[in-house]
Amino acid sequence: MRVMAQMGMVMNLDKCIGCHTCSVTCKQAWTNRAGTEYVWFNNVETRPGQGYPRRYEDQERWHGGWVLNKRGKLVLKAGGRVKKLLGIFASPVQPELKDYYEPWTYDYKTLVDAPLGDDFPVARPKSLITGKDTKITWSANWDDDLGGSAENGHLDPIVEKVRRESEDKIKFAYEQTFMFYLPRICEHCLNPSCMASCPSGAIYKRVEDGIVLVDQDKCRGWRQCVTGCPYKKIYFNHKTGKAEKCTFCYPRVEVGLPTVCSETCVGRLRYLGLFLYDADAVTAAAAVTDPQELYDAQMDVLLDPNDPAVQAAARAQDIPEDWIDAARRSPVYALAKVYKVALPLHPEYRTMPMVWYVPPLSPVVDLLRDQGHDGEDHGNLFGAIEALRIPVEYLAELFTAGDADRVTAVLKKLAAMRSYMRGISLGNDPDDSIPEAVGMDGQTMYEMYRLMAIAKYDERYVIPKAHVEQAHDLEEMGCSLDFDGGPGMQDSSPFGEASGRPVPVAVETFNALRDRQTSDEAPGGTTLRGRVNLLNWDGTGAPPGLFPEKHHPGEQP
Amino acid sequence: MVTLETAPFEAEPGSAVEITALDTALWGVLPYVMVVVLVGGLVWRYKYDQFGWTTRSSQLYESKMLRIASPLFHFGLLAVIAGHFFGLVIPMAWTQAVGMSQDFYHFNALFVGGIAGVGTLGGIILLIYRRRTTGPVFMATTTNDKTMYVVLTAAIVFGLWTTLASVFEGEHGHNYRETVAPWFRSLFVLQPDIAAMAAAPFSFHLHTLVGMALFVIWPFTRLVHAFTAPLHYLFRPYIVYRSRDAATRRGWAPVGTRDRDTRNR
Repeated sequence: MRVMAQMGMVMNLDKCIGCHTCSVTCKQAWTNRAGTEYVWFNNVETRPGQGYPRRYEDQERWHGGWVLNKRGKLVLKAGGRVKKLLGIFASPVQPELKDYYEPWTYDYKTLVDAPLGDDFPVARPKSLITGKDTKITWSANWDDDLGGSAENGHLDPIVEKVRRESEDKIKFAYEQTFMFYLPRICEHCLNPSCMASCPSGAIYKRVEDGIVLVDQDKCRGWRQCVTGCPYKKIYFNHKTGKAEKCTFCYPRVEVGLPTVCSETCVGRLRYLGLFLYDADAVTAAAAVTDPQELYDAQMDVLLDPNDPAVQAAARAQDIPEDWIDAARRSPVYALAKVYKVALPLHPEYRTMPMVWYVPPLSPVVDLLRDQGHDGEDHGNLFGAIEALRIPVEYLAELFTAGDADRVTAVLKKLAAMRSYMRGISLGNDPDDSIPEAVGMDGQTMYEMYRLMAIAKYDERYVIPKAHVEQAHDLEEMGCSLDFDGGPGMQDSSPFGEASGRPVPVAVETFNALRDRQTSDEAPGGTTLRGRVNLLNWDGTGAPPGLFPEKHHPGEQP
Repeated sequence: MVTLETAPFEAEPGSAVEITALDTALWGVLPYVMVVVLVGGLVWRYKYDQFGWTTRSSQLYESKMLRIASPLFHFGLLAVIAGHFFGLVIPMAWTQAVGMSQDFYHFNALFVGGIAGVGTLGGIILLIYRRRTTGPVFMATTTNDKTMYVVLTAAIVFGLWTTLASVFEGEHGHNYRETVAPWFRSLFVLQPDIAAMAAAPFSFHLHTLVGMALFVIWPFTRLVHAFTAPLHYLFRPYIVYRSRDAATRRGWAPVGTRDRDTRNR
């Protein structure tokens, strides 16, 4: 047994209202740079829907993740090492910009610059790729709130699959039946197929916390990782020529702060904490034959942090004592393995994802309420979960490789918790038959309620800090003074844009924050190459280009 | 049927041609300058510009043309490199010793080399056409790229010219295995056979000079990606674990305090 620690996340989908705050704050923190205009490390998808990039779940087309070969051995779906190298000159299965969307801004300047005329000036959309006029036809959340689902709904790969399997008995009733939001970040998998696909070996998993990162110095832009990741959560920065991905906000997590997406989530639906897992067991677990057993296999890889034997093994691997303690208090471990309400996204990709989801019960409750039933009553709820096959099958395709019973069991637990706690809130005696019906006791159910419904900050986020005695070994220490106006500050260099040393994230953030707090000018004005970005505007001063230049009297305009 | 005895080259390499100062500069000095710039440039860039060391792929913008042009160019180029190795490194005496006639060698060099050269040229023409006509790709093209394309295309065109010239000249053509190849080999033992190279016709001189220019600019262009062709992918483990402590250090000298001993992981 080789115990390793892994930072994990759980998202409680029942609480997601689809406000995209996580996406926006993430974008402002990480991908508001040239070359990453189309990139959303965190995106929120309305399901049913095609997702971002479009139909990324259709692995027959995108060839992401792992499959078992004829001999039952785990191989990359896109092909082995030799095949990958032979295809390296033009990556054969590669999403294009149109599969994501063509990023754009608006020509705000015309609104104030246009000469006096009969017509109101219009801010035309301008492509951020070509700089020319563009027609906006798609975006990262174009089908938000089921927009256009009558036209495009059948393009959701999961809808396709569920309908095919039910021999078209189900007509397209999804938009009348249910809808929910699915926020997605990198899964920081235990068995990452992006990493296995990288010819350069630039993608690595940190030994200390399992965060998967791309070494920007080692990446050579072969883009096999983009093909390899079945979640399409690795993006190609078309300016720097390097792959980029969600970093789990490692500079924040290292000092004990939650990720930006978690911190800013208004629904407080994200949980962060540690898993302890057996690294030696990962490959075998990812190679079990029946896809529906992958969930159990993944559960078995996760170790019980309260088990003295596990703790001893963790100490033997030099995992610090406070990390073992954090693993014991981990909310993600509790939701995934103790209460068993959090499920991995698409376990059938065999990557052992470490971002988990509590499937949403709300569609069921809403439906009952709309039909005039008591949506909080466990009897009604249990019956409805059984009866409502469409949502359950859909959720099963997302979270359990199609095992509807497993999803039903989770939804019943959530229904039981709702019903049990309502009884208590109304002043009735706790009805212990409710938790028993889903295999729990009253005490455990109350604790689950506390974690899921009260969700205190300290209980949602249990993040052990990186160790102080290792402080100068942290990712970016040691050379920060080189960067005050250093080479990385230039827009372009002789070897193409963005070559040279990159500015360390912490330095860049520090400088940007200082600029923002101390200057009269709106920050970032000089780096936008003539564009006006109002997203960056915090009300201080006016970004260049927002208003036309002032003409002094007597001067020729 | 031409036999070896009637092979048209009569000048003993290095005897009939007078060596001028220019010859010495071009074929005795320049190659070493080129090597110094190439190696020095590569070491310098590898040390200081890992972040800029990339293929700078434009497939995200345009894929259809690239899917044909890029493999055509790259595989063609690999064949061309193999051909250069065969022609320059392997002495004529060796191929004769294994019983390969000059005719057979010549036919192969022209036929296989011609196909590879035409494929490479066709590939790069298609790539340049794509680069010029696809808006986003052209916008992503730097001055550095344009310079590189000129030199690279020139090297391919002049190389193909030497090949085609020998096709049309037939057996009266020039046998570079008696001039260019011995000179090339002599460079490695630091005894450049300048006279042999000086005896080669202009087309070979031109191709060699442009080739050297290509190697001189190589470290400073996107061509560097060729030197990190990921062959180690065939042997490395799929899953890469790396300690937080192992963050790459840049530059020659360690900055700041020394690293602690990495704990036993």
